[in-house]
Amino acid sequence: MNYRRSYFIVTCLAFGFAFLYIPILSMIVFSFNASRLVTVWDAANSPTLKWYVSLLHNEEILDAAWISLKVAVINASGSVILGTLAGFGLARFTQFRGRFTFNAMTTAPLVMPEVITGLSLLLLFVALEQAIGWPAGRGITTMTIGHMTFSMAYVTVVVQSRLASFDSALEEAAMDLGARPLKVFFVITLPIIFPAILSGWLLAFTLSWDDLVISSFTSGPGSSTLPMVVFSKVRLGVSPEINVLATLTISVVTVMIIGVSWWVSRTGRSENSSA
Amino acid sequence: MVALPYLWLLLFFVVPFVIVLKISFSDVDLAIPPYKPLLEWVGKNSLAIHLNFNNYAFLFTDSLYVDALLNSIKVAFISTIFCLLIGYPMAYGIARSETRTRNLLLLLVILPFWTSLLLRVYAWIGLLKANGVINNILIWLGLIHEPLTLLYTPFAMYIGIVYSYLPFMILPLYANLEKMDWQLLEAAEDLGCRPYQAFYKITLPLSRNGMLAGSMLVFIPAVGEFVIPALLGGPNALMIGRVLWDEFFSNRAWPVASAVAILLLVILVPFMMWYQSVQARESAGAR
Repeated sequence: MNYRRSYFIVTCLAFGFAFLYIPILSMIVFSFNASRLVTVWDAANSPTLKWYVSLLHNEEILDAAWISLKVAVINASGSVILGTLAGFGLARFTQFRGRFTFNAMTTAPLVMPEVITGLSLLLLFVALEQAIGWPAGRGITTMTIGHMTFSMAYVTVVVQSRLASFDSALEEAAMDLGARPLKVFFVITLPIIFPAILSGWLLAFTLSWDDLVISSFTSGPGSSTLPMVVFSKVRLGVSPEINVLATLTISVVTVMIIGVSWWVSRTGRSENSSA
Repeated sequence: MVALPYLWLLLFFVVPFVIVLKISFSDVDLAIPPYKPLLEWVGKNSLAIHLNFNNYAFLFTDSLYVDALLNSIKVAFISTIFCLLIGYPMAYGIARSETRTRNLLLLLVILPFWTSLLLRVYAWIGLLKANGVINNILIWLGLIHEPLTLLYTPFAMYIGIVYSYLPFMILPLYANLEKMDWQLLEAAEDLGCRPYQAFYKITLPLSRNGMLAGSMLVFIPAVGEFVIPALLGGPNALMIGRVLWDEFFSNRAWPVASAVAILLLVILVPFMMWYQSVQARESAGAR
């Protein structure tokens, strides 16, 4: 591509990325700071791992992380099933009754302010409990249902766009050769959209793991998630342990994203070369 | 095949709104749950409906709610403009770089998007507070002698919102610009257009859908944002999402909170429909 590199654009990119990354880098750096004041560098005793050790002994955070992990895993798996079905339906069946409503229902959760979704889900659970006795109280189940409702919308988008970019002729050919629709789905479609399903699972996991607002509305006593504990601590100001938590989160996310994009680009390349 | 997700969304996304609407018309009650039923059997065969518009009337008599709503729209609008101003050149730069650099830059945009919003907002507390990083650097440079009050101000809230939503602006813009035929620009320049004229006449109109999609993805959730004003905005940051949260959790005024939610929804639904039509146009154009 012959394109004259514009200094203006390069400067914008540099400032933009600095804006995105300086806060993240500062959290990482100060996670090694010995001082309890967090942002005042204690040169005499730093860098230190003492806050890492203290985080690993913080029962409150560990318990909350365990609850978050359970919710996130169930949520991601459930969202992937619902979102794949929805994405497949939207990409392959261009006409069915209620398609417009369905499309609206799958895009609305992406932009809906979380306070509204959270409030409405809680009121539903309360009304259901009064009417049929389920769910009895709120906790992990209600939180997972809440997370699935908005996570599946993201999975739907990811799966739908992957399906839109590949030719449905492959599926039609298999059907012409006598494969039943269900077999076509499992033998042809599923392997092709697998990268989208994988990234959808990870996205749903992350959305759930990070969610504060919907969890706060739909959780019950004794089921505080990690973001809920972090929020209550952060409201009181900075805490060295939260910097450690942030550093660990960023490290895991970075490794995961690089791994997945490497894997996707590799499978993409082998698909192209075999074609 | 779509029946399962369809039913799921009906039950857990659409029905809840009907319930919110219902509760927004009921009376506050000192009970569990804290509202009175809307429908009640009176005697044997007659059903009484207690439709109560007081919650809505209350929203318009106490200036708190209208002020919060207007302020939220203002904050979301200004933040969207800033995201567009920062995000557009970035998306443009990414779309025009070579494949290898482009993938790396995209990865750098996606990474913060995957990292917890809460933790990224928290990072700004460390940067902005009185003995935080920015003040320490400015004092060390000798530019100021007393720390500036940066945290718990509207400024901090804007920074937080622009920072958190920037990837939502860059990604749809990039997806749009990436499809652009750059030869159009060369043709325009060959015909005597200056680069900025070519940009203004070709690139900008062609990227309209990308700009709209990105702006909606920032504006709509930002209007109802709770976490950022709660952490960075200080006690006076009047945002409707926060008002709703406080009515619900602190005052236990579920009917009032529901009325706030319905009001907010009525304002945001046109934007959501706009977003959906932009998306539909964008995917139709791709085919």
